[in-house]
Amino acid sequence: MALERKDVENIAHLARLAISEADIPEYARNLSSILALVEQMSAVDTAGVAPMAHPLDAVQRLREDQVTETDQREHFQAIAPAVEAGLYLVPKVIE
Amino acid sequence: MHNKTLAELSAGLAAGQFSSVELTGHFLGRIERFDGSLNSFITVTAEQALAQAGAADARRDRGEAGPLTGIPLAQKDIFCTNGVRTSCGSKMLDSFVAPYDATVVEKCAAAGMVMLGKTNMDEFAMGSSNETSFYGPVKNPWDTAAVPGGSSGGSAAAVAARLAPAATGTDTGGSIRQPAALCGISGIKPTYGRVSRYGMIAFASSLDQAGPMARTAEDCALLLGAMAGFDPRDSTSVEREVPDYRAALGNDLKGLKIGLPKEYFGAGLDPAVAQAVQAAIDEYKKLGAEVVDISLPNTGLAVPTYYVVAPAECSSNLSRMDGVRFGYRCENPKDLEDLYKRSRGEGFGAEVKRRIMIGTYALSAGYYDAYYLKAQQMRHLISDDFKRAFEQVDVIMGPTSPTVAFNVGDKTDDPVAMYLADVYTIATNLAGLPGMSLPAGFVGNRPVGLQLIGNYFDEARLLNVAHQYQLATDWHQRMPHGFE
Repeated sequence: MALERKDVENIAHLARLAISEADIPEYARNLSSILALVEQMSAVDTAGVAPMAHPLDAVQRLREDQVTETDQREHFQAIAPAVEAGLYLVPKVIE
Repeated sequence: MHNKTLAELSAGLAAGQFSSVELTGHFLGRIERFDGSLNSFITVTAEQALAQAGAADARRDRGEAGPLTGIPLAQKDIFCTNGVRTSCGSKMLDSFVAPYDATVVEKCAAAGMVMLGKTNMDEFAMGSSNETSFYGPVKNPWDTAAVPGGSSGGSAAAVAARLAPAATGTDTGGSIRQPAALCGISGIKPTYGRVSRYGMIAFASSLDQAGPMARTAEDCALLLGAMAGFDPRDSTSVEREVPDYRAALGNDLKGLKIGLPKEYFGAGLDPAVAQAVQAAIDEYKKLGAEVVDISLPNTGLAVPTYYVVAPAECSSNLSRMDGVRFGYRCENPKDLEDLYKRSRGEGFGAEVKRRIMIGTYALSAGYYDAYYLKAQQMRHLISDDFKRAFEQVDVIMGPTSPTVAFNVGDKTDDPVAMYLADVYTIATNLAGLPGMSLPAGFVGNRPVGLQLIGNYFDEARLLNVAHQYQLATDWHQRMPHGFE
C-alpha cells in the first residue's frame, strides 16, 4: 500500500515524532516500500492458524506479593533532564 | 598475547605467565593504537578496567579464580552498565549513565572478567551494517571500505582485530551471527530465554537474545556458560539448568545428520559464498556427518513477518524514550506534546524513526488483524517448518549471509535491500531457536560465515559441531592484515 503525505503525518503524530516537512516524501517512499515487502504475507492462507506470541509456549511466572524494590529516587533522578523537589519537570499541562 | 584464545589466556593466567593487569593493559594499548581506524568502541573504560584487573589478580592470589577471572571483554553498548554511559548507539541516550548493571554485565563481572569498554552498534540495534549508529559507522578490519555487519558490528570488529579477546552481542534478527560472519569470527545466538534480557535495552522483546562473540567455538562455550542462566528479573528467562558447554566439545560427528534447506541455497545467494559453504559441508562429510536435503517452505516470508513483529514491538518499547525521566530532551519545549515530539524527532535517527512508524501503523486501529495478527500466524508456520525439519535432522546448515561484507554506503538509501541481508538469520529468531555463525573461508579478502541452526536448548551440540570443524580447519585463526 502506498502512503500519502497525510498518512505519514498521521503516523508520525500517533508515534509522537516530529519529522520535518522536507523529509515527508522520503518517509512516504521508504515506508511504502517496507509495507510492500510486508504485504507478501498476504499470499499465504493463515485461516485457522493460531497466532504465536512467544517462542516457548511459556506462561507468566508469578511471585509472592512482596515489596522487593528499594527506594532509589535520588539515584534515578540524577540522570533526568529536569527535576525539582523529587519531581520530574515538564512544561505546564493544566492551565 | 592478543592472538590467544580465551582458553589459552585462561591457562596463561593460571600458570602465572602474565597478570590480568598486564593483559588488560595490552588490550587497552591495542584499542588506543588501532581503534581510530575502526571506530569499534563508543566508550573505553580504561581506568575501571585496570581496577577490575587488579581485583582479578588479587582474587587469583587468594585462590578464588575461576576460568574467566582476569580475562578482558568488550560489552555491546546495549547492556546497562552502572555508572558508565550506555548509549545504545543513539543520540537519545548519549548522556544516559545507567543506574544499574544488566544481568549479563553482572554475571561477567562475577566471573571476574574485566570490561574494556562499550562497543559501537546500530542505533537501538536496528541495522545490519552498523551505519545507523549516532557515533558513526564501524569499519571492517578485513577491508576498511566494507561494513562489519550489524547490529553488533563494533563487537565483531573489535574481536576480529584482536582489540578484545571476546565480546557480548545481541541478536534480534541476526545481529550476532551476521556481523560474526562478515568479520570472520564465531558467535552464537542462544535459544530465546537462555540468557537474561534484564538491563539489555529492549528492541523487540519476543525476539531479543544475548550471546557471546569470540574467535572460536570453544571460547563461545566458555563465555556462554558465564552469561546463561535463569534470572527472576526477566519474565521470559527460562528456568533450566545451564549445562557445561565445554563438556561435549570433543564428541565426534559420526552419524550426525545435517539438514540443508534448499531455500537457503536459491536465488539471491552469491555463488562464491555458496561455494565456500559447500566446501564446509564437504568437510563435515569427511568428519562423518550425513547430509539430508530438507525444505523450510516459508523461508521467503520470514523477512516480511519480521518487519511487522519487530517494528510493532519496538514502537511500544521505545515509547519510554520521551525526554522526561532520562535521555535527550529538546530545547525550549512549548508544551508537553512538543516536548515528546521534538525530543523523539531530534533524538532518534532515520532508521529508528522508520521502524517506530511502521510499528505504529501496524498496531493502529483497523490494521491490527491484517498486520500483527497475520504476522503472528506466519510466525507459527515458520516455527512449524523447523519443527518438522528437526524430526529428520540434528542440525541445519547454510550460509549466514547471502553475500560477504558490502561496502559502506552501498545500501543506506534502500532500507528493503538492507533488510534482505538478514534473509537467512531472521527465521531463527521468529522461531526462538539457537543459531551460530563460524568462519568458513573467504571471497577475495572478505570472510564467509557458515550458519548452524539447532533445536531448542541444543547450544551444546551447536558448539560441539562448530568446534569439531575448527579442529579440522584454520579459517578461525586467520587474522586481518595491519592488526598484527
